[in-house]
Formats: sequence, C-alpha cells, structure tokens
Amino acid sequence: MASEARPAPLAHHFDDYDQQRESATLGMWLFLAQEVMFFGGLFLAYTVYRWKYPAFFALGSNQLDVPLGLANTIVLIGSSLTMVLAVRAAQLGKARQIAGWIGATMALGTGFLVVKGFEYHHKWVHHLIPGAGFHIEGTTDPAAQTFFVLYFCMTGLHALHMIVGLGLLAFLVPKALRGDFSAENHNWVEGVGLYWHFVDVIWIFLFPLLYLLGRHHA
Amino acid sequence: MLPNAPVFPPVSSTLASKVDTLFFFTLGVSVLFSVAIVATIAAFIVRYRRRRADETGQEIKGNTLLLELAWSIVPLGLVMISFFWGASIFFESARPPADAWSFHVYGKQWMWKVEHPEGKREINEFHVPVNQAVKLTMTSEDVIHNFSVPAFRLKMDVLPGRYSTAWFRATKTGTYHIFCDQYCGVDHSKMVGKIHVMEPQDYKRWLVSGTSAGGAVASGEELFVAKACNTCHRPDSSARAPVLDGVFGKKVALVDGRTVTVDESYVRESILSPATKVVQGYQPIMPTFQGQISEEEVVQLIKYIRDLPPAAASGAPVAAPAGGQP
Amino acid sequence: MTAPATAAPTELPSYLEAAHGPKSWLLTRDHKRIGILYLVAISVFFVLGGLMAVLIRAELATPQGDMFSSDVYNRLFTMHGILMIFFFLIPSIPAVLGNFLLPVMIGAKDLAFPKLNLTSWYLYMIGGLMTFGSLLTGGIDTGWTFYTPMSTTFAQGQVLVTAVGIFVAGFSSILTGLNFIVTIHRMRAPGMTWFRLPLFVWAHYATSIIQILGTPVVAIAILLVGAERLFHIGVFDPKYGGDPLLFQHLFWFYSHPAVYIMILPAMGVMSELVTAFSRKRVFGYHFVAFSSLFIAVIGFLVWGHHMYVSGQSVVAGAIFSFLTMLVAIPSAVKVFNWTATLYKGSISLQTPMLYALGFIGVFLIGGLTGVMLGTLGIDIHVHDTYFIVAHFHYVMVGSAIMGYLGGLHFWWPKITGRMYDEFWSKVGALLIFVGFNTTFFPQFILGYLGMPRRYHMYPAEFQTWNVLSSAGATILGVGYLIPVIYLLWSLKFGAKAPANPWGAKGLEWQTASPPPVENFATPPVVTEEAYAYETSAPAKEVTVGV
Repeated sequence: MASEARPAPLAHHFDDYDQQRESATLGMWLFLAQEVMFFGGLFLAYTVYRWKYPAFFALGSNQLDVPLGLANTIVLIGSSLTMVLAVRAAQLGKARQIAGWIGATMALGTGFLVVKGFEYHHKWVHHLIPGAGFHIEGTTDPAAQTFFVLYFCMTGLHALHMIVGLGLLAFLVPKALRGDFSAENHNWVEGVGLYWHFVDVIWIFLFPLLYLLGRHHA
Repeated sequence: MLPNAPVFPPVSSTLASKVDTLFFFTLGVSVLFSVAIVATIAAFIVRYRRRRADETGQEIKGNTLLLELAWSIVPLGLVMISFFWGASIFFESARPPADAWSFHVYGKQWMWKVEHPEGKREINEFHVPVNQAVKLTMTSEDVIHNFSVPAFRLKMDVLPGRYSTAWFRATKTGTYHIFCDQYCGVDHSKMVGKIHVMEPQDYKRWLVSGTSAGGAVASGEELFVAKACNTCHRPDSSARAPVLDGVFGKKVALVDGRTVTVDESYVRESILSPATKVVQGYQPIMPTFQGQISEEEVVQLIKYIRDLPPAAASGAPVAAPAGGQP
Repeated sequence: MTAPATAAPTELPSYLEAAHGPKSWLLTRDHKRIGILYLVAISVFFVLGGLMAVLIRAELATPQGDMFSSDVYNRLFTMHGILMIFFFLIPSIPAVLGNFLLPVMIGAKDLAFPKLNLTSWYLYMIGGLMTFGSLLTGGIDTGWTFYTPMSTTFAQGQVLVTAVGIFVAGFSSILTGLNFIVTIHRMRAPGMTWFRLPLFVWAHYATSIIQILGTPVVAIAILLVGAERLFHIGVFDPKYGGDPLLFQHLFWFYSHPAVYIMILPAMGVMSELVTAFSRKRVFGYHFVAFSSLFIAVIGFLVWGHHMYVSGQSVVAGAIFSFLTMLVAIPSAVKVFNWTATLYKGSISLQTPMLYALGFIGVFLIGGLTGVMLGTLGIDIHVHDTYFIVAHFHYVMVGSAIMGYLGGLHFWWPKITGRMYDEFWSKVGALLIFVGFNTTFFPQFILGYLGMPRRYHMYPAEFQTWNVLSSAGATILGVGYLIPVIYLLWSLKFGAKAPANPWGAKGLEWQTASPPPVENFATPPVVTEEAYAYETSAPAKEVTVGV
C-alpha cells in the first residue's frame, strides 16, 4: 500500500506538513463555529416560539414519528463511527480501508435521508406542510403552523448539510483509492470527518427538541 | 428663498424639557472632549513637526499604566451618568400616569387613525387638551410604523399583531407634526399628521362638534352579540367559557400554571389566538377570530369587556375569555 | 541585523510582472492579486452607490419630491444602503488592504488558504452581480434593513434575488475572516510573536471574529425572510403567529457588529498611519490591541440598542444601553493613545497622515453622537431621524472611508510600485473632509428637529439644512473623484516607488515595491517589536535575513 501512495503535496506557501495540517484543522473548526451560529438563529427561533405557543408545539410534536426519528438517530450515530474509522485508516495511510469506511458512512447517510424522505411524504399526505393547505386536527389558529415551519426549516437545513456531506465524501473516495492520503497529509479526510460529526451533533439536538420535548403535554 | 431655518424643535411636553437637558449635558461633555483632543493634536503637530528627513520620535520612558487607567475610567464615569440619567427618563416615558386618558392609535399604510376615549375618531389629525396626560395604545393593520411627535420627544413603534403604548402631557397649545418614523413602504413620507394641543374648554367644544371620521364601527356591545361571544361568555351559560364581568385588570391562572394579568394585550390575544393562553378549568374550544375581525373591532370589544361591571355575586370563577364556542 | 533588504528583492519579478493576461488574474491564488481584484470590484460598487447618493441628495434639495416618484426614491436609498454596506464598506479594508498586506506584515508567503481566498472573491462577485441584477430589473423597496413583515409580505420588487445575493456575499465575508484567523495563528514568520504584530493585524483578527460569528446569523435571518416570501409561511409575520421582533433581533445581532467590521480595520490602519508619520512607537500598544478585541466581544452584546422603541421590554432596553456605554471606553482609549503617540514624535503631514487626522476629527463626532444615541432618554427622540443617519455616516462613511483612503494612499506605492501626485492628493483629502462635514453635520440638526429618515418629501421648514447638506454632497463627490484621477494617472506616469518611501517600520516596507510573488526574497526573521522607530534610524530596517 505504501508503494501505491503518491507523495502528498505540500502547498508552496507552507513550511512543513505540521503547519499545513494545523491550518486545515483550525480552518475547519472556525467553519464549524460559523455553522453553530447559523443553526443558532433557528434554535433561537425555536426557543421563542416554543415559549410563545407551548400548546401548538405539543400538538405538532405529536404528529412526528418517534420510532422513525429514533431509528434515524441510531443510523446517524453509526455513520459517525464509520467516519471515525475512515479517519483512523487515513492516519495509518491505508487507502482501501479509507474508501471502504467512507462508503459505509455514505450508505448510512443515504439511509438517513431516505427515512427523512418518507417522513416528509407523510407530512405532505396529512396536510402538515405550512402554507395555504395546512390543516391540523385540534385548532384552526394559523399560529399552529409555527411548529411545522421550524420543523421543516431545521430538518431541511440539516438534510441539506447531509447532502453536501455526502457530496464531499463521494469526492474523497476516488482520491483515497488513488492514494492521495498519507499519514502526513490526510487533511481532507479529517476535515470532512469533523464536518460529518458536526452534522450528526445537530441532529442529536434536533431529535429531542422536535420529536420528544413536550410530547405528552397535550 | 429659504425663509426660516429652525435649529431647535418646539419644547411642548413634560418629557421634552427633560430630554433636552440630558441632550445638552452630553453635548457639552462631547464638545469639551473634542475641543481638548483637537487642540492637543494641533499643538503636538506644531511643536513636534518633522524638522529633518531622517528624524525619528523620541522614546517616552516610564510607566504609562496610570495614564491609561485614568483615560479609561473618566470616560466610563461620564457615560455611566449618561446611562442612568437616560434610563430614568426612559422608564418615565414608558409608564403612563394613572390619570391618563386612553386613546387608541391605528397605523395603516399610509395614515394614522385616532380614537378618542369618548369614541370620536379622526384621521391624520389629533386633537388633545393641554396639561392632560394622554396614553396611546397603538397597533398596526399591516407593517411596522412608528408614531413620532418631535415636539413632545415622543416616539414608539406601532406593530402589527400587538399593542405598544406611549404617553405624553402636552404643555403648550399649538399645532405640531406627527411623523411615521419607521419606513413603511411607498408613501412612508406621506404618513404624516398634525397634533393640535387645545385649551381644555376648546377640546370639549371640539369633541361635541362635527362628525367622526374614518367610518362607523359597531360598538363593543353590538359586536359581542354579533360575533356570538355572548353564547358562552355569560354568567348564566353552562360555564363553557369564563365569565368576563369585572375580570379586566385582575390576574388569572392559566392551564399551564402561569398567571397573566387581564389587560388589553391579553384580551386581544385571547380573541385572535384563543388556544395560546387558556384559563384554568376550561378547554381550548374557542375558535380563532384571526382574519374575521378588524383591529378596530377588537378595540371595541376590549373597551366593552373592560367596562363590564363585576358579576353580581355569582359563584362563577373570575377568569378571562378563553373558552367557548359561538 | 544582516543583509539590508533593499538589495535582495530586485532579483525577483514583482507579483505584477510574474504573469500576464486576464487568466493570470482571474485564476490567481496570489493574495496580492486577489486584493487588486477586490479593489477594482469594490470601487465599481462604490461609484454605483455614490451615484445613488448623489440622486438622493439632489431629490432632497427640495421638500416636495419633484425628481422621482416615492417608489423610485425608496428603491434608490435601499440600493444605496445595500451596495455601500454589503458590497463596499464591509469588504473595503479587509478584502483589499487586509488581503494584500496581512500575509506580508506577518512575513508569510500567502494566506493559509489561497484557493479559498479566490473562491471568496467569486462569491462576492456572484452576490454583487445578483444584487446589481435585481437593481436592473427594478430593485427593491424594503430598505437595507429588510424589516418584516414589510419585506416578507408587503414589499414589491426583487426581494428574493437581492436576499440571495447578500446571502452569498455573506459567505465571502465569512471565508475571508476564516482565512485571516488561520493565517494569523499559523503563518507568522519566526520571531513574529503575538505582541510584535502590527496593530493592523490585531484589528483584522478582531474583525475576523465578528465576520465568522456574526455573518451566519444574518444569513439565516435572510434565508427565513426568503422562505417566508416564497412559500407564504409564517416565520416573522404576525398573521401566522410569527414575531417581527425576532427578525430584528437576528438582523441586528449581525448588523450592529457589522459596523465594527467596517470601523475596526480602519482603526487598524490608523495605528499604522499615526506611528509611521510621527515615527514613533504607538503609545500603549497592548491597550490599543486589546481594545480591538474588547470592541469585537462587547459589540456582540449591544444589538438591542437599535430596538429601544421597537416594543422590546423596557428592562431589555436598559441592559442594552448599559452594555452600549461600555463600547465607548475602548473607542476612547484608542483615540487617546493615538493622540499620545504624537507627543514627542516627528510629525509629517503627508497625505495619509491628513486622512489619519481627518479620521480622528470625524470619529470624535461619530463616536460621541453614538454615546448620545446609546442613551435611552435621548434615543427616544432622535431614533430613526436624520440624527442617526448623520451618526452612522460619520462612523461608517466618514471614519471608515477616511481610514480606507488613508491606508490606500499609505500603501499605494507598495501595491502599485508608483508614487502619486502629492499636491493633488492633499487637495483631495481636504475636499473630502470639508465636503463630508458640510454634507452630514446639518443632518444632526435636522434629526434633532425631528426629520425622519427615509423621507422622500419633508416639511418646508427643513429645507435650508437639506440644501446645505446637498451642497456639501457636491463637494464630497468632487473630493472622491480627484483621487480616482491622480491614482489612475500614477499607474502610468507616477514616479517609481522605492521599497520604503515613508521611512516606515513593518515587514511590508522591507520588501520591494511591488513585492515579489511570495512576498520576500528571503524568508524574514523578526527581532524587534512593531514600530521600533526610536531605537533605530528609519533608514536601517528591522532585520530581514535568514
């Protein structure tokens, strides 16, 4: 395997691999800090409206499918594990293992999105998409839509991040197979790994906030 | 060609002179600081101008920490004076006195509608008596507006979907500008009006003269029947909804354990979004009147509910409008 | 203290001569060339925004609104604000001067992520062209603040396109900030410790924090406005249970710190100018450096002072007012330290220094009126009037552009390798100062009189001050034109600039003008603090050598 690995490129403006790797990692963390603030706006909106309309949030939460959400949570945590194993393989410079674990991560990620798709379809069938056609059992107050507006914004943006993540992973597979990643230089794998864990963590917050909290209130 | 150029607005409310005093204090301090700094810089430029091309500055020796602390702490003290002084004026401007007369203001693209306590209504004109505290309860029918009277140093946003309040006590008779200060669309700059401050006897005469502008609005009592509120909210019904008599201004307990004071905002919310804050002991069965009742009609209902006398010793729990079915 | 730096760089071609043709510019990863790309782009947006300002001031010369319809006027001031804020002021100093100088100042070959840097420029251009495209197809009339439910339900025009344009440009700003922070952390030359960094770098570090943590919040707010407008759902519209004040909170959480994105880099430029033209170590280096960070941090906690009369709670207003007052302290500290730097200096009134002194003048007025606006009892009168218009132009236009132009004149020889005309540059600086004050000072008076902002027509008694303001705008416009002419002229006819025309300290003056591709002929090693003017003569430089 070492024989098929090409020498990893050191960009012209760096002095050594350490500087290059530390820069990449710090850059990724800063990007994630940005992401936290981005989702933070939505979490703030959630807090405000939950405080304002506890009854509608309970009503909305009861429409969500907890077993599906739980299954998806497990799938996503599993994908974080396979992602860690991919990074580990990269640190050891094992090209085919990297590709394999990335493939597993992509499979789990896709599974998550498929389940999410079924959930969205269910909302569509039951007129729970906010807008003119919205209808929910129990109230005619348009403010009841607020929960679903946030549900779709939050899970939708999360799903969008998943899709971007899958794209990045797909981009890494051929690179890994070509032997672009070595023990000195696997910044891409590590960076995408950090990103993937971040997307996972967002879901860990979304699941209880949307599916569980206040469920038995109504 | 350019006849008059005022430099200062009229001072025509009790608040105005207070705002001005604070303004002149901060202005004085600011001018003092600016002049001192500019003079120092000018002196340094002259005294330390470069005399040779290869000249450098001279090193300053010694500990400068005390100096740094001094010029941090002195401004801090000054801005704190400004903060506390300003906050006290702000708090006063936010709390209408008990004897204030209650007016309602509606902002709408692009006009101001005013309703007097007696029910008389005007558009873009506002007559008030001098030396009388006036409380404004304001809401918008579309976008956010801002009710501003520079001569009174009065300014408050007027939002859709909620009430905001402001108050003033005019001190000088005369006519002053009303502006909309929050950008609100095409004719934002035409959303202006005049406020006429009158002697109390003139105001009384004005009240009974002429007709009310802005179209007729059904009275609260008529609406209470027309919207079928009375089928549930009445002492003799089978208590599907709380009795409203005498409830205004009281505190009530909600199903989720919170308590609210029954004020104009709460009654409004209970009409438009009844499931949000349901009174303990009742089911959220009242339908929403969102979109079926105008802001002006809501105010009529609130006035009616506000003036209902306390229920005559009936055993019904004192509670707010939140349950019931038409 | 080895090899004098002036000899070595001549062996290498400068970054301008290293490659030719449009492709060598549009696909460049050299931070210096990307800085030039930004310079060209933001200049175009500045001219566009400036033209709109001219039209606005022309309309306001008379009270009755006889040049445009109210609708056109509203679209003009909206686009003026959007272009000037998002596409000129926010990128101005960081993306042009910061991009060009930050790696040079810390002795690096480039920013940490050169490809990302180019990506930022393209994002900026895409955002800018979308926004400009929305202008060509009718523009929008929401005001740059996009207040809901005005922007989501009632406004006409291309709100969606503009919102996406700003969203995209926002990510350009985020990625630039990210690039700067990583570069400052990881790319410093040997010996360039944190407390040897030029204050320009400290200011950009603080700015970058705001760009990274603030911008995404306005991004999500704008995204939600777009979603609400597109799908007719209720995020902020009270008709569907939304809360318009939530939008204002999200918006100002970014848009107040955004003011510091504009002013902090200008303050960084100030520290460089004041030291270079008084040839003296900056007074209170640590205080000036940390005051930038303090402003960045406290700047995140004061957004509610835009909402004193919005209907937020009275207590919230008081807390925000208190925190706002704290911002005054680091700002005052900076002004005092710059003043003290002049003491016993060797002061030369060359053009960049004129801008620096002008900065102090307008920043004093802008900052002190900021304290007035932060004071609750005064804001309830002057909020949303021309008083606030004057205040933020004093800070964002007066101070930030003085800083930008001062910096541009200071580093122009370094960037282009050419000197500009001394006489005309002084005339320009003077005209800008006079024109600026004539334009905006009368607006303080108008504001206290009660003239609301964004008014197309106004009562006749306000006309005198408005005419004065419009007259000032004419002077200001001419003032801005003059540098365009002599700077362009200098590119062809200006004298060749030496490596260090001002006798200034700092690594950027140790390398050739213009610098070679990787900035230094030999990697620099730093052995001195920043601004060590007193300890060595200006002709002798800080050590550059292996």
